[in-house]
Amino acid sequence: MAIRAEHEIHTRRKGRNVGVGLMLAAFVVLVLAITFAKVTSDDFEVPSTSELVN
Amino acid sequence: MADIGYSATSKEHDAQLGDYFALLKPRVMSLVVFTALVGLLAAPVTVHPVIAFASILFVAIGAGASGALNMWWDADIDGVMRRTSKRPIPSGRVQPGEALNLGMGLSFLSVMMLAVTANLLAAGLLAFTIFFYAVIYSMWLKRSTPQNIVIGGAAGAFPPVIGWVIATGSFSVEAWLMFALIFMWTPPHFWALALFMKSDYDDAGVPMLTVTHGRKSTRVHIIVYTVLLAVLAVGTGFTAIGGPLYLTTAVVLNALFLKGALHIWRRDEQSALADDYAVEKKFFRLSLWYLFAHFGVILAEAALRPFGFGGW
Repeated sequence: MAIRAEHEIHTRRKGRNVGVGLMLAAFVVLVLAITFAKVTSDDFEVPSTSELVN
Repeated sequence: MADIGYSATSKEHDAQLGDYFALLKPRVMSLVVFTALVGLLAAPVTVHPVIAFASILFVAIGAGASGALNMWWDADIDGVMRRTSKRPIPSGRVQPGEALNLGMGLSFLSVMMLAVTANLLAAGLLAFTIFFYAVIYSMWLKRSTPQNIVIGGAAGAFPPVIGWVIATGSFSVEAWLMFALIFMWTPPHFWALALFMKSDYDDAGVPMLTVTHGRKSTRVHIIVYTVLLAVLAVGTGFTAIGGPLYLTTAVVLNALFLKGALHIWRRDEQSALADDYAVEKKFFRLSLWYLFAHFGVILAEAALRPFGFGGW
């Protein structure tokens, strides 16, 4: 039997799924903000190419 | 076969997002956020707002994770106690395995992310706090010794130290004073609750002091710890995190707290039953304000410092 596009379980779990989705999106934004804050801080040093090679 | 093997019986196990959030003990989390934030802001190092926000968020998630692990382990006694019987696991809204997975997952996530965002020491301290609350307190002490609250209180006392370490990357006397403040506050706070929750802990077989040593002894313990707490709390006023505002608040609040503890000590069960534990309930409510106000004025002293007012 084919899986129906919409089932009662989908409707019931919609709120939960939307919530998880929003949290994941917020997490991505947060990691991006942390990265910006870290790389723009005064004590941030970009590793030199020679260090990366060695 | 029906769609994706879904059966009607799984309906009762369909937890909503709010049920998972309840597993994280939001009220405990709010206290953790507040005290960790005070620790972070009272430290003599300025932290980038984004780093501060993210770090406190990960500490809160770590605290929530330990709450979920606690609820997973304690589901049997939570179901017996009136105060906790409506929690997600005993009420059947969340499966024990889900709470365990959520707790473990969020523990790893919070510790790893705090290491990346702040420093390794803060992350290590958060990992130790989660371990202390979930394993040392929940799995071991809670069901084996009447000193469960005393030693277990350390778990709740770590957040301001973590906050301080996020900012400075090291420990200091001031951070441990904030630790000691919560550590000494926890026993009288919970023993007052145990006095008026009456049979809850007896029914669950948790060896609270009220169960193992009786109510009279619990009343004596409350006054002893309150006296020690008052000395510590007022003494903190003369350190680097204190100041005139802190000292004034501490003197007033500790006088009120001591008065309440004295009242509890002098009472017997007959008079407590007669007014439905009014004094114990009042002391419990005051204890919440007590902690909030002490950390609030530590924060105020730190906030006033740049303007030349805070501290000594």
